[in-house]
Amino acid sequence: MINRYEVYETNQMIAEENLDVRTITLGISLLDCIDADLDKLNENIYNKITTVAKDLVKTGEEIEQEFGIPIVNKRISITPVALIGGAACKSPEDFVTIAKTLDKAAKEVGVNFIGGYSALVSKSMTKSDENLICSVPQALACTDRICSSINVGSTKTGINMDAVRLCGEIVKKTADATKENDSLGCAKLVVFCNAPDDNPFMAGAFLGVTEGDAVINVGVSGPGVVKHAIEQVRGKGFEELCETIKKTAFKVTRVGQLVAGEASKRLGIPFGIIDLSLAPTPAIGDSVAEILEEIGLERVGAPGTTAALAMLNDQVKKGGVMASSYVGGLSGAFIPVSEDKGMIDAVEMGALTIEKLEAMTCVCSVGLDMIAIPGKTSASTISGIIADEMAIGMVNQKTTAVRLIPVIGKDVGETAEFGGLLGYAPIIPVNEYDCSAFVNRKGRIPAPVHSFKN
Amino acid sequence: MKKCVITVVGKDTVGIIAKVCEYLAGANVNILDISQTIVDGYFNMMTIVDVTNCSKEVAVVSKELEEIGTSIGVAIHCQREEIFEKMHRL
Repeated sequence: MINRYEVYETNQMIAEENLDVRTITLGISLLDCIDADLDKLNENIYNKITTVAKDLVKTGEEIEQEFGIPIVNKRISITPVALIGGAACKSPEDFVTIAKTLDKAAKEVGVNFIGGYSALVSKSMTKSDENLICSVPQALACTDRICSSINVGSTKTGINMDAVRLCGEIVKKTADATKENDSLGCAKLVVFCNAPDDNPFMAGAFLGVTEGDAVINVGVSGPGVVKHAIEQVRGKGFEELCETIKKTAFKVTRVGQLVAGEASKRLGIPFGIIDLSLAPTPAIGDSVAEILEEIGLERVGAPGTTAALAMLNDQVKKGGVMASSYVGGLSGAFIPVSEDKGMIDAVEMGALTIEKLEAMTCVCSVGLDMIAIPGKTSASTISGIIADEMAIGMVNQKTTAVRLIPVIGKDVGETAEFGGLLGYAPIIPVNEYDCSAFVNRKGRIPAPVHSFKN
Repeated sequence: MKKCVITVVGKDTVGIIAKVCEYLAGANVNILDISQTIVDGYFNMMTIVDVTNCSKEVAVVSKELEEIGTSIGVAIHCQREEIFEKMHRL
């Protein structure tokens, strides 16, 4: 029988170390909503989402109450809209009507984000893909709960540099379209390489075409729990440190598995995957940076940061894999700047630069995430940063992503405020040497030689 | 059998167990195990209960126990046993 110490440990994790299930994300396929008539398509989409997801929030809240574990977000991911709207949408404006429908459906069922306003263009773009991408600034400016992602590269296909160039411009236009709110629109726009089909985390969640009609994917979290656990092995060797992280990740993931199983059973929707991630929030004690500092760095960004993060990421996976029947999504430590108090502090005091963050993305999920850069940064420089990050993903056969916020009207030394889980971020300097001649070359970067495995 | 773990933590006062047990009896919840200590005036109780024949939803029991806790100045949590079982047992 369960003993007092085990109960105490679990409840302490929840009450004092911010243990939570970060998200239950209901994936909904919209493939069967496709229609050549735009009004009919919008109606089909609205009806499907509000039918399949009608009990999602209520069920999540019941599980929270019964098990005493907070489930921070209930969200929806959908089939990439560029595929769904292809037959009906002849212009970017047509796609914006779908964004509005999605926003309305999200509000109706009470989820805080719906992800999948997306295009998968890792090799080339269809007219529909291009229209969707061009509609993103307007779509994000006139909606509240839509998240958009664009996959512009993969290890198998190489990097679609035409899409990278376009995305640089789109990031800039989105920033401009939402400049009254510190360019908040860009916090809901991710550019990916090797985007996973089953990611439950925003802003990059979408339901890939390889998935079924509906699926429950769950993202766990728990940076505070890991930090507390490794405080107990301060000064000890790597073996003990790694064992401690693994054991903690195991416990955290088991909670996610339990919640996923319950949600799946109650909603009558199959369970997909658990995403084993350390997802920080701006709350004190819920920070990945603080874990790295507890491991032995004065500040995140100091030499040793990449190695410490590589180790942390690997141990989280090793501990978590055994605790779940299916693992997927992004699975790894997240290093967003604005959503992590330790990262924010490190950037503010100059310990952490965008170049170090780029190095860190080589060894963890996901990428250059929630980084505020000067509003004057050119579209081609943003494309250059995206290309660099995509190259890391392509060559290392991992997911990488870029979520940069060029804060219009602000510069280094100022701070952008996004609010809530999105947090706030000091504006970080960016290398201003020009890369436009590189970015303006047409076509794509070929797939690396080690992708030819057949 | 569907089990829950109820924990009560807070400053000791007269009738904490009585209040909790009275509520549980009213909801047709059977107590399987109960243990209690007081350290430095702080009351600490853990109870394992059977909610198989409970007349209310577990979520409702949990919410109402929380409210009882608030009214007598202690923190009461009622959680399904599985969360502890899954985390600490293979």
